[in-house]
Amino acid sequence: MTTTPAIAARELTRTFGDFVAVDHISFDVQPGEVFGFLGANGAGKTTAIRMLTGLLAPTSGSATVAGYDISREGEDVKRSIGYMSQKFSLYEDLTVSENIRLYGGIYDLSSGEIADRMRRILTRLGLEHAARSLVRDIPLGWKQKLAFSVALLHEPRVVFLDEPTSGVDPITRRQFWELIYETARGGTTVLVTTHYMDEAEYCDRISIMVAGRIAAIGTPAELKANAGVASIDELFVRLARPAASVA
Amino acid sequence: MKALRGLLRKESYHILRDRRTLTVIVVLPVLQVILFGFAIRTDVNDVRLAVVDPTPDYATIALRNRFDATGTFRTVAVLHRVDELSASFQTGAAQLAVVFEPRFAERLAHDGVARVQVITDATEPNTASARQSYAFAVIQDYERSVRAASNDVRIVPDGRLRFNPTRESSNLFVPGLMAMVLTIISALMTALSLTREKETGTMESLLVSPLRPVEIIVGKVAPYLLIGLLSVALILVEARFVFNVPMRGSIVLLVGEALLFILVSLSIGILVSARTSSQRVAMLIALVGTMLPNQLLSGFVFPVESLPRALQILSNVVPARWFVLIARGIMLKGVGLAYLWRETLILAGMALLLLALSARSFKVRLS
Repeated sequence: MTTTPAIAARELTRTFGDFVAVDHISFDVQPGEVFGFLGANGAGKTTAIRMLTGLLAPTSGSATVAGYDISREGEDVKRSIGYMSQKFSLYEDLTVSENIRLYGGIYDLSSGEIADRMRRILTRLGLEHAARSLVRDIPLGWKQKLAFSVALLHEPRVVFLDEPTSGVDPITRRQFWELIYETARGGTTVLVTTHYMDEAEYCDRISIMVAGRIAAIGTPAELKANAGVASIDELFVRLARPAASVA
Repeated sequence: MKALRGLLRKESYHILRDRRTLTVIVVLPVLQVILFGFAIRTDVNDVRLAVVDPTPDYATIALRNRFDATGTFRTVAVLHRVDELSASFQTGAAQLAVVFEPRFAERLAHDGVARVQVITDATEPNTASARQSYAFAVIQDYERSVRAASNDVRIVPDGRLRFNPTRESSNLFVPGLMAMVLTIISALMTALSLTREKETGTMESLLVSPLRPVEIIVGKVAPYLLIGLLSVALILVEARFVFNVPMRGSIVLLVGEALLFILVSLSIGILVSARTSSQRVAMLIALVGTMLPNQLLSGFVFPVESLPRALQILSNVVPARWFVLIARGIMLKGVGLAYLWRETLILAGMALLLLALSARSFKVRLS
């Protein structure tokens, strides 16, 4: 069965002056896939995500997200995606329920829908008693799960997670990944960037970016077999090192 | 529309929950008015008096004693010639001089009229006029007591101000203060609240949402516009009822002009936030870039006419300068648009230009 890819990038490029941050990358992500976006700092991950989410215009090349062209149908793209930045995207001086209500309003949900989904989120995260607490006062792990749920509030078809698990303990990370799987099983496509190589193993497919290009793409098992390495960590170091010594 | 309402509510929460900043915003204007109001208070005491008495006689001695008896004036010098006075004024040894005309008592007795000049150091305009009227009162008091004895004599006091004869910038602090408070609330607070969203990463969430840029901007700045107008009202009420600063012109016009000035300041705040990504830098730029020029070059602290030529030219691009002129015109002179259209046009031009620039800076950030 062939379906429209959730994300399709074709020769996507972005330059800043002479510096080529993203260098003609092409890849597809299928609906319901958990796609890992790996790369060292400065490899171009964030620039690529910013182009796909409409925060940055591509210099050349094209891409579609949820079937919409990012250059010509930006409005439709924005309605179809969710986004969670490294910094959680929540307002610390608003309460949990105020944050949910705010984003519900921004995505034009009806009051009924907002109330309904708020109840669902609070129950699933076990945050019923914290609904009136300021986000500032809840633990980091809860903040991340809440931010993720808020990014999914309008039921987007594609969700972008930019290093969602940086700075939390391994148990919370594991719980967070369970949320990701649950989301993907519901048909939502997840594109996630990460620094943790063990997390890369959890993804359906991964791409490794080096110096603005995609150096490897495939399932974790395929990539390890092709390169004859035991772990993604080893592969990553092998791919990233030449670039580092050139730079 | 619902999204915008949500944004406005959210921004109000930010403002209301940040107790410290809220306190500053509300208390600052009130405090400033009181501070400035009392700083220019016209209490008269311990005035250093120089007396010029070419021909001392019973009348001049009697009047001089009256000055000493007030306890307010302290005679520091008794001179015989007027030209000896300059030195006392220049060194600040004397703050007020009483100059009798020659043969004072003789003229009073024969002509029924004698003249006395009261010269005041007017570098502090308000205190100067208070001191002068107090000196006049002492002279009139003496005149009355002489009249009670013999009929129909007049002592004609003649007031002169030294150093600042027109008393420019006296009692005019309220318009300048409004400009300053509006700058703090509109430019500084807007810049801070926008850069805070950049720092916390929430700006990105707003930008990837279907919100239009104009909705984001309006949602961010409208609450500050409202607070700005409220503090204008607060300052005006306080100035009127605590310090009796007049409101001679149209209050509607003044509020309209204040709105124009707020728009200018908000745009500056947006522009500052577009160039910076940390609240600390935004604060510095807003302070140095708007607060200082608005205070120093607007005629608030120093009259524009007394600035060096280069700074006078520079002051033309300071929005507060025009707003202060307009507000003074409306409040103190009671003039309307017929007289203030040029200043209003300049302010409106600045508002348009800065709004366009800030809208563009927001778009640039998107692409």
